[in-house]
Amino acid sequence: MPISRHELEHLCRLAHIALDESEMVDMLGQISTVVDHVSRLQSVDTEGIEPTAYAVPIDSVVRDDDTELSWPTEAVLTNAPRRYGDFFEVQSIFE
Amino acid sequence: MNGPYVPVVGLEVHAQLLTASKMFCGCSSRYSGAPPDTHCCAVCAGMPGALPVVNARAVELGLLTALALHCTVPRASKFDRKNYSYPDLPKGYQISQYDDPIGRGGFLDYRIGDRVIRWGITRVHLEEDTGKTTHTDVDGREVSLVDYNRSGVPLMEIVTDPEMRMPEEAREFVSALRQVLMYLGVNDGDLQAGSMRVDVNISLTGPNGERNPKVEVKNLNSLRALERSLAYEIERQGRLLAGGETVEQETRGWSEKEEKTVPQRTKEYAHDYRYFPEPDLPPLVIRQADLDRLTGTMPEMPMTRSGRFVSQYGLTPFHAQVLTRERPLADYFERAAAADRSVPPRIYANWITGDLMRLLGEEQRAAEEIPIPPENLAELLSLIETGEISGSAGKQVLDEMFTSGQAAHAIVERRQLRQVADSAALDTLTDEVLAANPGMVDQYRKGKTNVIQALVGQAMKSSQGRANPQVVRDLLERKLN
Ligand SMILES: [Zn+2]
Repeated sequence: MPISRHELEHLCRLAHIALDESEMVDMLGQISTVVDHVSRLQSVDTEGIEPTAYAVPIDSVVRDDDTELSWPTEAVLTNAPRRYGDFFEVQSIFE
Repeated sequence: MNGPYVPVVGLEVHAQLLTASKMFCGCSSRYSGAPPDTHCCAVCAGMPGALPVVNARAVELGLLTALALHCTVPRASKFDRKNYSYPDLPKGYQISQYDDPIGRGGFLDYRIGDRVIRWGITRVHLEEDTGKTTHTDVDGREVSLVDYNRSGVPLMEIVTDPEMRMPEEAREFVSALRQVLMYLGVNDGDLQAGSMRVDVNISLTGPNGERNPKVEVKNLNSLRALERSLAYEIERQGRLLAGGETVEQETRGWSEKEEKTVPQRTKEYAHDYRYFPEPDLPPLVIRQADLDRLTGTMPEMPMTRSGRFVSQYGLTPFHAQVLTRERPLADYFERAAAADRSVPPRIYANWITGDLMRLLGEEQRAAEEIPIPPENLAELLSLIETGEISGSAGKQVLDEMFTSGQAAHAIVERRQLRQVADSAALDTLTDEVLAANPGMVDQYRKGKTNVIQALVGQAMKSSQGRANPQVVRDLLERKLN
C-alpha cells in the first residue's frame, strides 16, 4: 500500500523538512516499503493477546524527586542555531 | 441572553506539579526568576540520545489528583509522544499521555450558593511543560527568543466533560478545582503566573438539539477572564447563528484590553500530532498498595470540610466557606479552637474571618504566614470571653500581637489593658462622663434612653477601652434613674 505524494508532502510540512524532486521519489518508495511491512504485521491474528507497546518486559522505572546540577548555560546553548544573550534565538513565530 | 441556544462548555486545565525536580530529569523545576537556560540538561534541552526517567513524585501527585477527583485509575499507564514542531519544544515532541491516562471518568462537586453542582472529569494525564518563548525585535529583525528552563517541568492536564454550563458555573468550577489542587499540595494555584492555566471549549446547541462547531479560547489567566470570555463567546456565537451564519471552528484568545475574544493565529498543521508510545519509557504499573497509601494521605476536601465546620462547630455556612477556602486558614481555625474549648468556635470564626483576615489583607500576607500562633489567639479570645479585657482592648492587643509576635497576656500587662471592674474607679469615671455631657443626660431623662450607648462609649473612650462596658452601663443607668 504505497503512500500518496500528497501524504508525503503533508508529513514533510509537519516535520519541517524540505525535499527536492529526486528525494521525494526516493522517500515515496522507502516509506511505502515501511508501510507495507506494517500492513503485513497487522494481518497477524492478535485475538486475545494483551496489547503492548514495549518489547522489553520491564515496567515502572522511576527516580526519586531529587534535584541534580543542571548543565552550564554555555553547554546548553551549544546547538543553538543563533543565540541572543543566553536565549536561543529562532525565526519569528506566532502564538 | 443566548436565545434558543444552550452553551456546551468543556475545560482543559494545565497545572504544574509541585515537585523539586523536572518530570524526566533532575533539573530544578523552580525556574521562576532564574536567568534563561540555567535549569537545563541533555534531557530537557532535547539533546539527541538523552534518556528520560520518570519522576516518581510527579506520578504520585497526579494519582492523588485522580483519586481526589473520583477517577478510575488503571492498573497500568504509559507515556506517548505528541509530535509537533515548535521552537518551545526542543525534541520536536512532547512526552504526554494519550490513550492510557492515569485517571478517567471522575467528577468534582462544588457549590454555588446552596446549589451543589457535579461536573464530570473526562481524564487526568501527565506530561511535560514546554519552554518559554518571547517575541521581540533584535536589530530590526523580528525574532523569537526561547528559554528552556520551563521545558520538562511536570505538568498535569485535567479535561472535563463537555456539559451545558453557564459562565458563572465554569468560573466556580475552576475556583473549586484550584482549591482542591492547593489542598492536595499538588499545585500552587497561581493563574496569573501561569503555573495553572485554563483553556475552554465552547459551542452552542440549537433549539432542535443541533450541534454547532466549537471554539477554543486559550490561555485564560484569571477566573474573571474565563467567565467574561465565555459570556462573550455565547453572545457572539448566538448572534452569528441567529443571523443564519455559521460559527467557524477556531482558536481564539481573550483580550483583556478590548474585553473580547480575538482569533489567534495558530500553527497550520498543529492538530496532526501522530501520537505513538514513548519508546524511551517503560509502562507504569500502578499498584493498589500505592493507591491505598495515597488515599491514606489525602486531606479532607474543602467542601466536605466546610460542611463539617457547620455541623461540628456550629458555624454559619458563610464562615465555614470563608475559613475552608484555603487549607492553612482552616487548619489555623481548628488548631485555635482546639487550644481553648471554653471559647465558642463561632467566636474564633468571627475573629479569624474579621480582624485577622483584615490584618493579613493589609500586609498582603498569605494564610500560612499568620504570625500569631493559634494558641496565642486562643489565649487572647479567652481573656475577652472571661471579661479580663474588653472586646475593643482585644482588637488593640490583636494588632500588636500581629506586628510583635508577643503573647496576649504580655501585651495586656504591659499596656495595662485589664478591664477596670473596681467599682470605686468606675464610680468616678461615670460621674465624670455624666458631668461632661449634660445635654445627653437631659435627653435621657426626657425619654430618649438610647443615648446611654453614647455615654457608655464616652466612658470606654476615657478609660482607653479598659472599663467593663456592662458594669459601666449598669452604673450609668442607676445614676440616671
Ligand atoms: Zn534537565
